[in-house]
Amino acid sequence: MKVIVPVKRVIDYNVKARVKADQSGVDLANVKMSMNPFDEISVEEAIRLKEKGKATEVIAVSIGPQQAGETIRTALAMGADRGILVKTDVDVEPLAVAKILKAICDAEQPGLVITGKQAIDDDSNQTGQMLAALLGWPQATFAHKLDMGDGKADIEREIDGGLQTIEVKLPAVMTTDLRLNEPRYASLPNIMKAKKKPIEEKSPADYGVDVTPRLKVLKVTEPPKRVAGIKVKTAAELVDKLKEAGAF
Amino acid sequence: MASLVIAEHDNKNLKDATAKTVAAAAQVSSPVHVLVAGSGCDAVAQAASKLAGVEKVLVADDALYARMLAEPMAALILSLADKYDAILAPATTSGKNYLPRVAAKLDVPQVSEILKVISPDTFERPIYAGNAIATVQAPAGKKVITVRTTAFKPQDGTGAAAIEKVNAAADPGLSKFVSEELSQSERPELTSAKIVISGGRGMQSAENFHLLDKIADKLHAAVGASRAAVDAGFAPNDYQVGQTGKVVAPELYIAVGISGAIQHLAGMKDSKIIAAINKDEEAPIFQIADFGLVADLFKAIPEMEQELTRLGY
Repeated sequence: MKVIVPVKRVIDYNVKARVKADQSGVDLANVKMSMNPFDEISVEEAIRLKEKGKATEVIAVSIGPQQAGETIRTALAMGADRGILVKTDVDVEPLAVAKILKAICDAEQPGLVITGKQAIDDDSNQTGQMLAALLGWPQATFAHKLDMGDGKADIEREIDGGLQTIEVKLPAVMTTDLRLNEPRYASLPNIMKAKKKPIEEKSPADYGVDVTPRLKVLKVTEPPKRVAGIKVKTAAELVDKLKEAGAF
Repeated sequence: MASLVIAEHDNKNLKDATAKTVAAAAQVSSPVHVLVAGSGCDAVAQAASKLAGVEKVLVADDALYARMLAEPMAALILSLADKYDAILAPATTSGKNYLPRVAAKLDVPQVSEILKVISPDTFERPIYAGNAIATVQAPAGKKVITVRTTAFKPQDGTGAAAIEKVNAAADPGLSKFVSEELSQSERPELTSAKIVISGGRGMQSAENFHLLDKIADKLHAAVGASRAAVDAGFAPNDYQVGQTGKVVAPELYIAVGISGAIQHLAGMKDSKIIAAINKDEEAPIFQIADFGLVADLFKAIPEMEQELTRLGY
């Protein structure tokens, strides 16, 4: 069974995003970029399936500029087998990403696609679900635990009230939540080995997908700022101040 | 035309998130219809019919919808979609699960977690963990939207909508419910509580985490946690407040032993009053707290409890 793992190049999660003065977006010039943290969890889960003998090949896919190739390289260093880079300088929306991934799934016929539940730049939380819809496959979002069976998988999901387990038929799309696993660091020998693994370069047009954004971003602004209040000396004073402020 | 709001419920009770989503929907396209998809969900339909601004409640009562799995939910919503120019769901784990499926089948870009309706096609939504707010305009055609419920006031219960049954859609037969482990609590829900007290890594253990319970009980507060505390196993996953967990905006948020990572602040910075207790006076949480106490939480929490008792709580 092949496993496809889409990986997105995003602003590093330790970097605070700054809004551009002209309100056209967030300043990404000279900012550290990394693999979306949820996608690292996806790559890790796919590699573990291969290590357990449940997957035969792990394919990392990234849609973005030339530098997204580095993100694929990171996935290859973690243990993915090969990569597909769909090159575009457009900010591709989730639905267009899902359409490209669908075309790749039609060609590769994977048994499972593992996506991060959201990317930490646009915070859309849509791509996995949209891909499942376009393929007519089941979906298991916000995965906490994966138990692969024969032609099916039991997936425990993080939901608002606690945890829910569902069974999905394979092939399926799973989106990862934080506690599914702890992604490994690539070792130096594996980083070296990854340099020899193949990355195929494609364009959205190769898949017949128009990636022109359909949502128009009119402006991007800073959220209202909060200012620090006062420091109190004791816990009793804290309670009294909160009561005075009408907090309870 | 009209907008369709997908109700959030547990087959017995209508969740507050629905009333807030109706408030957003009324600004996008009127009249507002509410779809209650569930099993044995009469009481939910009754409650939805009382929400102000709702013209009609559609009820699909079938075992297929008992757990609101994504595939049958999307099929049902799609069977009704023709009559609506906007489809909205709360940005809960449920709404986030099924609605993008609907958007993809309609070939419509979804607008996720809107904070504000500027006009029927233009919305504000948070990006980069709430460090930036994007104003986006959706293309002509159907709008598919999830709503950040903390950003909208719930519609009141003065309405009297008609209730109409709708047929279940065909079962896609792709997934099945196995089991559920829900947190049992007498306390209010995290996302609708007036007061939230959250613990972080500073709580040091799952046992210590229960120190917060006593304060929560006195103030009828919900208990939350930072990602660090959940990852460390001090608190269950459904306690997590933050960019990737729950977003809360209570009247009072008390952060205990939480340093204030960007992703945590994204989930609570819209709270009306923020109080923070941390022994590190440099902790970023103090930069946004209205009231800060630099102290050892293991001393401060019992003292807070005593003071609350003294005041009659």
